[in-house]
Amino acid sequence: MARITAGIGSSHVPAIGAAFDLGKTRDPYWKPVFEGFEWVKEFQKREDPDVVILCYNDHASAMMLDVVPTFALGCAEEFAPADEGWGARPVPMVMGDPVLAGHLAEQLVIDNFDLTLMNHLNVDHGLTVPLSLMFGKVDAWPVRVIPLAVNVTQFPTPSAERCWQLGAAIADAVQSYPAGLNVQIWGTGGMSHQLQGPRAGLINPEFDNAFLDKLTNQTDDLRKLSRLEFLRESGSEGIELIMWLIMRAALGDKVEELHRFYHVPASNTAVGHIVLRPLR
Amino acid sequence: MRTRLYSLDELNDIPGTTVFTAMRSRQAYHLHKFCMSLMEPANRDEFRLDERAYLNKFRMSDEQKQAVLDRDFNQLIELGGNIYFLVKLSNTDGWSAQRAVGSMTGMTPDEYAAMMRAGGRPIKGNRSIRGKN
Repeated sequence: MARITAGIGSSHVPAIGAAFDLGKTRDPYWKPVFEGFEWVKEFQKREDPDVVILCYNDHASAMMLDVVPTFALGCAEEFAPADEGWGARPVPMVMGDPVLAGHLAEQLVIDNFDLTLMNHLNVDHGLTVPLSLMFGKVDAWPVRVIPLAVNVTQFPTPSAERCWQLGAAIADAVQSYPAGLNVQIWGTGGMSHQLQGPRAGLINPEFDNAFLDKLTNQTDDLRKLSRLEFLRESGSEGIELIMWLIMRAALGDKVEELHRFYHVPASNTAVGHIVLRPLR
Repeated sequence: MRTRLYSLDELNDIPGTTVFTAMRSRQAYHLHKFCMSLMEPANRDEFRLDERAYLNKFRMSDEQKQAVLDRDFNQLIELGGNIYFLVKLSNTDGWSAQRAVGSMTGMTPDEYAAMMRAGGRPIKGNRSIRGKN
C-alpha cells in the first residue's frame, strides 16, 4: 500500500531558480534563502521518497491561455522544463508516474473532483524551483513527480475549502494504491507577495507567520479564509497559499512540524518553507 | 438566489490591485498570445528586430500594441493583461521580474529594491480603500 510520509510547503520564486542556476547561492543576498533549505536536503536523503505529488501553478507557460483548468493532473511519462522567455532552466527532465497518476485520476473523479488530465505538460519554475530547493544540483531528479497544477491566477480560483477537500481525497486515493510506495506531497507558492499595480511589493509577515503557525493544528481557521482575505492580506499572488492546504489536508488530522523557515525578501516575495510529518 | 460570502465588488476595494477575471482574460487573449509567442527563441529574435512589425502579426488592440512598445505594465494590466504573461516580455528584454514588477509602482528600480530589502510594502494602510486601513 502506498503511504504519504511527509508534506512540504515551499515558495517557488523564479529568481531563486535563476540564482541557483547562475551559481549565486553564496551571494550575500541569496545565502540566507538557500541556507533555509539545507535542512530539507539532508532530510530528503534519509527519506528517499519514490514519488512526489507536486501542487504548483503554471505561470502562463503551458496553460492559462486556450484552456484554464482549475485542477490539472500531469499523467505523462515525462515533463520538460519550460522556456519562460529566457531559455529553459538547465535542470533534468522531470519524470512522471503514469500508473499512479492514472489511479489518482480515476479515484479523484469518482470522488467528484472534475480534474483536467494533462497528457502533455511543460513545467515551469513553479514546479522546478521547489525540486532544486529540495534536492540541490543533480544529474537526474531522485523522485518521480506527479504535477498537480492549480489555477491561482484567473479569478475565481478554487476556494481554500475546496483545496482542502481535494487534499483529503488525495490521501484516500494514495492509500488505496496497491504498490508500496513512499509518497510525499508538496504545496508550493506564496508566501505573501503582489506582482502587479501600485501595491506591488506587498509583504505581510503577520499573515504569513499566522498561516505557518496554524498549519499544524488550527487548520479550521485556514480552511475558512476567503479569496478576498487572501488577496487583501497576502497580495494578489499570495493566494498561491491555497495549494499548501491541499498538501496539509492530504496528511490527515494530526501532524508534527519537523522544520520551518521564513525569510523576506527573495525578489518580490516572502519565502516560506515547512516540513510536516503525518502522525498516525 | 445563492448567497455569496462577499460581494464581488469588494474585490475592487483593495488598493492598487486589479483582479484578473475571465472577462479580462478574454480582453487580453491576443495580447497574451503575443506574450506566449516569446517563449520561442526565434520569435524573440524577430520581435527584437522590428517590434512594431512583429506586433502587427497579432490581433491586439492599438492601445495594447502601444503599451507593449512603451513597456507600460500598468497600462497593459489595465487593458486586461496578467503579470504571468507579461513577464515573458520583460524576460525577453533581459529585465528581472523585480524590475518589471517595480516599474508599476512609480518607484525607480533602486528605490523598489531598497523597499523590498527593508521588508517590502507594509500591509498597514494598504488593505482597503473604503476602510482606509
